[in-house]
Amino acid sequence: MLKIQNLKKHFGGVRAVNDCSFEVKKNIITALIGPNGAGKSTVFNIISGILKTDSGRIIFDGKDIINLSPEKISNLGTSRLFQQSQLFNNLTVKENLLLALNNEDTKFWSAFVKTSVDKKNKFEEKIKEMLKLIDLEEFENTLARGLSYGQKRLVELLRAILNPHIFLMLDEPVAGVNPKLRNVIAEVLLKLKRQGETILLIEHDMNFAFGVSDEVIVMDEGKVIVQGTPEEIKNNPKVLEAYLGEC
Amino acid sequence: MFSAYLIHLLILAGIYLILAISLQLAVGFSGLLNLGHIAFYAIGAYTSALLSLAGWPWWLCLILAGIVSMIFGFLLSLPTNKLKGDYLALATLGFSFVIYAVALNWTGLTRGPLGLPGIPKPSLFDFVFSDNLAFLILTVIIAVISYFIIKRIVSSPFGKVLEAIRDDELATKVLGKNTFKMKTYALGISAFFAGIAGSLYAHYITFIDPSSFTLLQLIPVIAIVIIGGLASLKGTIIAAIILVLLPEPLRFIGFPSSIVGPARQIIYALLLLLILIYKPKGFYGKVELE
Repeated sequence: MLKIQNLKKHFGGVRAVNDCSFEVKKNIITALIGPNGAGKSTVFNIISGILKTDSGRIIFDGKDIINLSPEKISNLGTSRLFQQSQLFNNLTVKENLLLALNNEDTKFWSAFVKTSVDKKNKFEEKIKEMLKLIDLEEFENTLARGLSYGQKRLVELLRAILNPHIFLMLDEPVAGVNPKLRNVIAEVLLKLKRQGETILLIEHDMNFAFGVSDEVIVMDEGKVIVQGTPEEIKNNPKVLEAYLGEC
Repeated sequence: MFSAYLIHLLILAGIYLILAISLQLAVGFSGLLNLGHIAFYAIGAYTSALLSLAGWPWWLCLILAGIVSMIFGFLLSLPTNKLKGDYLALATLGFSFVIYAVALNWTGLTRGPLGLPGIPKPSLFDFVFSDNLAFLILTVIIAVISYFIIKRIVSSPFGKVLEAIRDDELATKVLGKNTFKMKTYALGISAFFAGIAGSLYAHYITFIDPSSFTLLQLIPVIAIVIIGGLASLKGTIIAAIILVLLPEPLRFIGFPSSIVGPARQIIYALLLLLILIYKPKGFYGKVELE
């Protein structure tokens, strides 16, 4: 599904990503873990076109997507959740989600031609169904800025899921989220996996990452130090060294 | 006598309303802090004036005023598309100075400071809108049409993408939306209606010169947008009427006209300051000015 080859990115004198290579397989959840500053979010930002890379290749679904614009990469079938909340705060929850579903809304004529009733109903049903899944039905018409942090996180996750895609990237989906919501998010992710989704997630919560993922990639100092199943990674001395320092 | 004066004020309120709702589309709904709006107003006024003085029919001059301003809107959006906030404000402000300088110095086309006198009153099917009441009706019709078109745009899914860009451009891009195209549209449409307002102004006053299109003319329009509230068309209408009428009692107090002019600017500035301090969202605003 996704092949990263010899990716490099530096900011001034700091090598944020240093010859990083890994592969993400189809239909599984892959966790990208590593200590702070390991370069995980930078890799995410390069994959989604937000940052330009210095060198290297990214092959997504057979196409080289290196340095394409974020909208082009999204339209090729990627969707992502940001580390910081990036909801449209002055729009309602429903409007936030509709923006992900409707891909004809950037056409100027769409302002003067009504969306067909069928399509509108389909969108609304989908939104209701998804909000029910995370128990937020009553907030459909609430402005996003009126939601709590955890609720915002859930709506943002839904928005990423509803955005048409074949590859889902989640940057710390449960950071700062209470244990109950964490379980809800874990259930949603496992359900998506059963439906055949391919997910790459960055996570600092090891229990969560090992609990939902099938494969784990560990990064440190801008490069991949080891890749394997959660069981293999748990006992790998390189991983312990990266997190705890040399013993 | 009084009713003629009131009609005059209402015509000005109508023109300012078109100017303000079009600026609202760019600033309030799309988050583009465009301080070059008065330049589109000038381009519309000059286009319409020059064409009608060359004998073109009024209705065509009106439409072309909008179209030429829109083209300049598209052109301005090309170099400024990546700019945000203060930087965009400065760049667009620079654009308005450039247009002012062109109007002042390209004397072969605009007659520079001498201005363009004798701009004909609008006429349609042999009917000339020479009477101010008829002109008021025409202004109201054009203002209502402009309002409904802009309202339609901002309430549609297309308008929601513009609002999404205002709230978070990066997140909008990551949803696969071409924000470059959307921002170009927003500035172009906004400029179109400013051009229409400019055309109405030129044919109403029948004389234009560069001094009608300076930064001082932008202040009331910005004040209307902020006092009415960002992203609120209802607030814009109310603020346009109030702000055009508000300084008028000064005339009846007996102040000389040399005081009335600056006093009007002082009132706008004061009102703007008070609103920004005590009601940063304006009267009906949905979004706070950052």
